[in-house]
Parts: sequence; structure tokens; C-alpha cells
Amino acid sequence: MIYESQGSGKRVNEKGMAPLLQSSQPWVEKYRPKQVKDVAHQEEVVRVLTNTLETSNCPHMLFYGPPGTGKTTTALAIAHQLFGPELYKSRVLELNASDDRGINVVRTKIKDFAAVAVGSSNRSVGYPCPPFKIIILDEADSMTEDAQNALRRTMETYSKVTRFFFICNYISRIIEPLASRCAKFRFKPLSEDIMSSRILHICGEEGLNLDPEALSTLSSISQGDLRRAITYLQGAARLVGSTISAKDLINVSGVIPAAVVQALFNACKSGQFELANKEVNNIIAEGYPVSQMLSQLFDVIVVAEEISDEQKARICKRLAEADKCLVDGADEYLQLLDVASHTMQALCNRT
Amino acid sequence: MLWVDKYRPKTLDKMIVHQEIAMNLKKLVSEHDCPHLLFYGPPGAGKKTLIMALLKQMFGPGAEKVKIENKIWKVDAGTRTLDLELTTLSSTHHVELNPSDAGFQDRYIVQEIIKEMAKSRPIDTKGKKGFKVLVLNEVDKLSREAQHSLRRTMEKYSASCRLILCCNSSSKVTEAVRSRCLNVRVNAPTEEQIIRVLEFIGKKEGLSLPTGLGSRIAAQSNRSLRRAILSFETCRVQQYPFTENQAVPPMDWEQYVSEIATDIVQEQSPKRLFLVRGKLYELLVNCIPPEIVLKKLLSELLKKLDSELKHEVCHWAAYYEHRMRMGQKAIFHIEAFVAKFMSIYKQFLIETFG
Repeated sequence: MIYESQGSGKRVNEKGMAPLLQSSQPWVEKYRPKQVKDVAHQEEVVRVLTNTLETSNCPHMLFYGPPGTGKTTTALAIAHQLFGPELYKSRVLELNASDDRGINVVRTKIKDFAAVAVGSSNRSVGYPCPPFKIIILDEADSMTEDAQNALRRTMETYSKVTRFFFICNYISRIIEPLASRCAKFRFKPLSEDIMSSRILHICGEEGLNLDPEALSTLSSISQGDLRRAITYLQGAARLVGSTISAKDLINVSGVIPAAVVQALFNACKSGQFELANKEVNNIIAEGYPVSQMLSQLFDVIVVAEEISDEQKARICKRLAEADKCLVDGADEYLQLLDVASHTMQALCNRT
Repeated sequence: MLWVDKYRPKTLDKMIVHQEIAMNLKKLVSEHDCPHLLFYGPPGAGKKTLIMALLKQMFGPGAEKVKIENKIWKVDAGTRTLDLELTTLSSTHHVELNPSDAGFQDRYIVQEIIKEMAKSRPIDTKGKKGFKVLVLNEVDKLSREAQHSLRRTMEKYSASCRLILCCNSSSKVTEAVRSRCLNVRVNAPTEEQIIRVLEFIGKKEGLSLPTGLGSRIAAQSNRSLRRAILSFETCRVQQYPFTENQAVPPMDWEQYVSEIATDIVQEQSPKRLFLVRGKLYELLVNCIPPEIVLKKLLSELLKKLDSELKHEVCHWAAYYEHRMRMGQKAIFHIEAFVAKFMSIYKQFLIETFG
């Protein structure tokens, strides 16, 4: 298991513990592509990086895109392919949100690591081993602005011996001076075909039975996030065994059944407050997450044909406010009730 | 011993409600392995019961021998060392804690305890179950930083430690944490299920439970099993043998809130507002959570209103509850809601009756 070392170069397995149970390894880790060329659906990135592998030259990089599209995988794979397992520990520093990454760490740890020159003598055979080190900053958008500012000069000063890989979901949270020093790569959400083929591959390896309906359900509930799809698949496989139906997947994923959403929508359309209140109470008692409810309600409303654009706008405005309130920690029942009542007013054309 | 504890099912096989979940969980741990789990559902649905039964299923009776420890954790927080005191409930196989007790420093607690557990793995001769279980309650109250630091820690130490998270609403748990766990939704039991449990307890205690009483207790419980059993026991203390139309005593604070609602509807004036304020204070000093007071007050008020007003009132309730969460003192916001309601109601009365 070469690929195991993830957490800032610290291998859990080598600390003299009992060997990892095979089954306890998440499939996400097990089926993580180990070579850059295996990364699915991100042609430009793969092309640039393969070029890097040949010429042993690369700029600072910034990977951004939605979760589960292969950003971390690509960064780790390129690091492994460049240095091989032996040199990996001394040449690559991986930091992510679980490590402390305040301004102190940037000033000391990162700077110290960046400043050290690399020796050219101890090359491992079969790997390019370019004369620089790599610092991978995963989840870089959760770094404070101060910490990011402290990086600016460091990046330039040591650019001879160090390359930075930033990985983030939201590029807007990376300060402009950092972003402008990097080659930016956007990772696209995976298309349904590619997702299906990956999932079928895993099903084949693990001996699972997945009918076409379940497959398409899986692609639609995971919304282009391959990690999520694989996690759901593993969860369902553990719960129900090797034959998985669409219903099991919906159960595991926490997606609310369409019938429940429709019932709330219908109650709003009926214009009777008591009915909507009852539905809301029911949803809360069933334990469905309200944030999920809001986004599914939104999906229903946007495509509904019998509603005018103005009504849609009014409902969506309230949905957005409720979502913000939920993030602030407001009560789920009250927010959902308010959304339902607003929807009802909008649908029945009352102000 | 209260009936709630006495008749708490100890094993997964003995579950009366949530049998399907219990069977699935049993299958899950039968292979001596389990993923991280996230239980979510409304209060009184049986999350804790399921978790305890699951632990017993995994580790045998050893999981029940728990001791309460009050330990001071020395945490190195970069520039300074922090002393954090936290109560944990632990057996040889698992540790249970409420990380949100540590307030805004919960991040360090989460990281420190998990690391500590990963260091001292239980030795098992049979070479299986080489992991400990960490049960975290009220994850939805964890700060955002703590949840962020959970995500990588969960993966890093996955060889030696499994997390079982428990919360009321999974909207407040970040997507990143949710996607790393197997989510288990524990819905509130239906009224029929509650009646079945009550009948089961009645039989065990040798009581005869009239069907009418059982269903009324269930209806009043708001689908919370714990509450149903508690009020069942209260009924037993008040009057036995049971009669068909025996009154089910409501919670005293609920009665108090409905009195407040009546007060508000009767008269809308600054004087009445002052009176109501005193009553609200009374509730708050008795440790009734403010958002529950507000929710109950809303539902009492909605009963007394015309449907046109309902929309507006529930909008303001949601508005003030949100403000309450952002602000510091709850009483301002509840009182603001009452004042707002009074003004809306008064205006409505003037428009209708002149």
C-alpha cells in the first residue's frame, strides 16, 4: 500500500499497529487513481501534468472546483509520480485544514521546509525527481487571509526549489496576489457517463449488483461528485449486501423521497395553512434535514410549469433567506413553516 | 428507576420501534467492522438507545461498564497551553463525550481526544476489533472549525478509531463530515408505535391500560417516545387503576405558555406586555430553552387566529427566532415577538370591528 501516506506524511500503518483490515479501508481511498493519466474527465489538467512529468518542470498550481472531482487525487498522484515512494517524504509537505495552519505555521514550518535546498545525489531510479520540493496546501480556502498574505513573498523567494499546489473549492476565497502567481486549473463536475463507468468498474471489482435504475439514481443524487457516489455505494453495500436497489441508495444518501417534497408542495398549493403546518410537523418528526428539503423544494419549484416567473422569484427569495438563517443556526421548524407559508401566499396570489 | 431507563432496550434484537434500522445495524457490525456513523433525528426518537445497543452488539457486555471521568486536558494551542476540563463517559471500548461543552475551544478537544485514543489502541488477542469507538453527542452544536478539523482526523485515524456522531438536525453538520459517515436517519416513532410500547410496558408492570388513555398519551407526546413514557408514569402515580377518560397531565411549563398566549390575545397594551414579560422570565429562569418557549407560544397563538393572520405571525416568529440565535439575550427577542404580535392583532381587530 504505497498510496497510504496521506496525512502530512505520517503513515498510520508504520507505527507498529496491527495491519489495517482490508474491508475497513474506504473505497474512496482504495479506488483513488494512482496515476495522473487515470484521473477521469479533466483532460486539460492531465495534459499539462503529463507534460510536467516529461520535462520535469512545473509552475505553481491552483486547483479549484466542486468537491469530489479529483483535485486532491491529482495533486497526490503527480507528487508520487515525480518522486516515488522513497523520496516522497523528504520532498513533499502536505498540509490540510485539520493541521494547524495559522500564520505561525506559515512563518515557521512552511518557510523552513521551503528554504531547504534539495540534493541531487540521492535520486531514486525510474522517477523524474526534478530538483524542487512540493508543498501541497489542501483546502486552502479555509486558510485565513493573514496566513495567505504571509505566503506571498515566500512563494517568490524560494521558487527555485519549491513549488506550491493550492487546492480549494472556492477560488474567490484565495486572495488575488496568490491566485495570480499560480497556473489555475478548474476541475469540472463529472459527467454522468464517466461517473457510471467508474461506478460500474468498482461494482465489478467488489462483486456488486446494480441495476440500471439504481445506477442512474446514484448519478443523479451525487450531482457530479464522484466521492459522494462511491461513499453512498459503499454505505448501501454494507447495509443491504451485494444487490442494491435505487431505494436503498436514497435511504443511505439522506435525500428526501420525492413524494414527501411533493406532499409539502401540494399542501402549499391547497392554500390551507393547517394542512401545510401538519406537513411541516411531519417532516420535522421524520427527521429529514431541512436544508436538504429546501434545495429539493427549490428543484421542484424551478421546473414547475404552472407557476409564473414572478411567483417563482418570490418563493426563491424566501428560500434563500431561510437557507441563510439555517446556516446561522435558526430553528428548522420555524424556518420551514415560514417558507411554506410564503410559498402558499405566493401561489395563491395573496400578499 | 424511571420507566424510561428501566425499559430502554439493551440490545438491537429487543427494539420495538426502529426494528428495520436495528437489523441493518446488526448486519453492519457483524463483519467486525463498521464505518463512521452519523445518527440524526428529532429528540426522543431513540438515537441514544440505538447507539448504546449497537455498542453492546459490537463489544459485548463490556461496553456497559462505564465510568465517569472528569479529566483536564492539556492542549497545546500554538502560542500557549490551554487547560480544558471535560467530563467523559468511557468503557474499555468506547469514550462518550459532549464536545460542545468546551465552548469555542471544542476544536482542540476533538483533535486531542481522538489522537489520545489512537495512541492507546485496545489490545485484542483475536486480532479483530482493533479499534475504539468515540461517541460524540450534539455534533450540530460544534463550531465550524471543530467540524472542519474533524474531517481529516476522521480519515487519518480511521485505522484505530471509529466515530459515532449524534445530532438533532443534520443541516447543521457540514457536508464534508456528513459525506464521510454512513448517515442513519432515526425518525420519531409514530403514534401507533408509541401505543405499542406503552402497552408493552403496561404488561410488564402488570397494569391494565385502557386503549383510549394510551392513544391520548401518544397524541399528546408530540411523537416523542421519552415524553410518552414519562407522562405514562405520571398518570400511574396520579391515579390507578386507570380510567378511560383520565386526564393526561400536560407539562406544567406548557400550561404556563398557553396561559401566556391567552393573556396576549385578551388584551394588547404595554401593561399587559409587562405582565407577560414577568411570566417569560419565570420560564427562562426555570431553564426552559428560549427557542422551545417561542415555538410553543407560536403554536398556542396559531390555534387562536384567523388563517390570514397566521402567515404573518409565523413569519415574524421565524424572524425573531433567527435574531435570537444571533443575539445574546433571549428575553429581548421573545418579548419583541410578543409586542409584534400584539400590534398585528390589534390592527386586525381595529380593521375588522372598527
